[in-house]
Amino acid sequence: MLSKEKFLEISQVGIEFPTQNGSFCALKGVDFAIAEGEFVSIIGHSGCGKSTVLNIIAGLYQATYGGVILDGKEVNDPGPDRAVVFQSHALMPWLSVYENVALGVEQVFKASKTNAEMKEWVEHNLRLVKMDHALKKMPHEISGGMKQRVGIARCLAMQPKVMLMDEPFGALDALTRANLQDSVMEIQKELNTTVVLITHDVDEAVLMSDKIVMMSNGPAAKVGEILSIELERPRERVALAKSDQFNFYRQQVLSFLYEKKGVVDFDQAKKKLAGAPELAAGEKTA
Amino acid sequence: MSSNAQASKQQMSDLELVRLRISNALRAIDFKSVVYPFLGLIMFCLLWSFSASKIDTSLGKFPGPSQVYDQALVLIDEHQAEGEKADAFYQRQELRNAKKLAKNPDAKIKTRSYTGKETFFDQILTSLKTVLFGFLVASAIAIPLGIVCGLSDGVYQAMNPLIQIFKPVSPLAWLPLITMVVSAVYVSDDPYFDKSFLNSAFTVALCCLWPTLINTAVGVANVDKDLLNVSLVIKLPPLMHVRKIILPASVPMIFTGLRLSLATGWMVLIAAEMLSQNPGLGKFVWDEFQNGSSNSLARIMVAVVVIGLIGFALDRLILTLQKTASWDKLAVLR
Repeated sequence: MLSKEKFLEISQVGIEFPTQNGSFCALKGVDFAIAEGEFVSIIGHSGCGKSTVLNIIAGLYQATYGGVILDGKEVNDPGPDRAVVFQSHALMPWLSVYENVALGVEQVFKASKTNAEMKEWVEHNLRLVKMDHALKKMPHEISGGMKQRVGIARCLAMQPKVMLMDEPFGALDALTRANLQDSVMEIQKELNTTVVLITHDVDEAVLMSDKIVMMSNGPAAKVGEILSIELERPRERVALAKSDQFNFYRQQVLSFLYEKKGVVDFDQAKKKLAGAPELAAGEKTA
Repeated sequence: MSSNAQASKQQMSDLELVRLRISNALRAIDFKSVVYPFLGLIMFCLLWSFSASKIDTSLGKFPGPSQVYDQALVLIDEHQAEGEKADAFYQRQELRNAKKLAKNPDAKIKTRSYTGKETFFDQILTSLKTVLFGFLVASAIAIPLGIVCGLSDGVYQAMNPLIQIFKPVSPLAWLPLITMVVSAVYVSDDPYFDKSFLNSAFTVALCCLWPTLINTAVGVANVDKDLLNVSLVIKLPPLMHVRKIILPASVPMIFTGLRLSLATGWMVLIAAEMLSQNPGLGKFVWDEFQNGSSNSLARIMVAVVVIGLIGFALDRLILTLQKTASWDKLAVLR
């Protein structure tokens, strides 16, 4: 019998990318486990390889060492059981809101659902993210926050075992971001979805997570500390802002990032934030 | 009395209304987009007219705009006259056949088609058919091949040297080879296509291939990585992947290729027709040149203008197609 405590297991994962100056080791010995229904954030400085971890879980990258086990099965390739919410929303600009969600649904449920059931399912998921008013809208006709809602609906509609979110709120303004964070927490509570969230926002990580995985800086980045967040749910951001416990957790993450293993040259960090998205190019200089 | 006054008042307001409409219409005309091009055209015609009068050729003065206009009218008249001749021919033939049948119901009837001289407009039609056929053949090959090249680096590496070597070759160099191959391979008692038509069309196709092929391959290879990842996560089967993600994403680049292809195809066709004496506008130009009458240059000039106008129309045609086919209705196309 499998322990639900180890629903998703990232086991001694390491990855090397070939570069012109030999191979570059981005991750080394990354090791942690996630329970079913848990909300886990991975936080770290820009370029530390946290998105790489997500891509390995998604199956979009192949780990050089170690591996990922989801619900007792090893992950070898991408699939809808590990659906991804991309930072850039990645909606097909030529498909309407409804069609974007339906694209995934039709692939996942073509054997198990009738057309009418699939239609109902797509609409249900868009209702969950409060986008059922814009089924026929094209992506360019809706705001950035709405696009990300549709991205989340597309992901949820595939009924993934684990939902992978790659800095999903990074490109949004603060108010929209807060709104969307609340929505995601609500939905996660309702569906008991297992979520892995990549973020560089300390407040976001503390507010949303059951567990925060803090990663050290690359190259050869690994898990520095794992912090359990024992705050009552539902969490209310205004109340929490005054809570000592919340601030304590915040302090812990900040101190890891800026005082302990995460120490970086701030100018360099800024440069990376402005320019290189994640991966190797930025890390080579680190 | 009062009704009269009312009527005149009504008239007044009608007049006013018309005036208002005219001034609105004038305001609606975008000065820059209507008047400027017109001015440019006028300037060109004046310059043309002036410099044409200074050039003496062995066939008389170089034709100015007015001579060219006159010859255009002559060409239209010739076309109509030829059409009347053809009608008369068919009428006579029908009459003859009817008489034959009246005499003997079992008589064998022959219907022949009219074989008159091809007019300017017949040549235009031939050229249009040829360029469109060649263009379609090339597109049917280039788009799928371009997609495969864009999807697979291996195929691209294999194709690239061939593309690079054959792309710069003028299709006219192929013309003799195509002519020989067509006459050797296309043997049929009742040929659906004329051999000359196929020669020209394949020559056009050979030069239409490259821009579409290259642009399609580049478009496909540059589809947004996140969209490709979505397709991977959803596990779209290969054909669905091409149909739902790759094709729509690369539509703008494919159409860029198609426009370039059709433009070069049209240019090459005229040259090929001149060189090989295949029917079409190129042959018209060459025949007029050989003819060497005092009107020849003006008639050639008519052809030059028509060739330009058709090229422009073909480009607009593809642009309109792109506007209907593309999902991106906001894109600025020019």
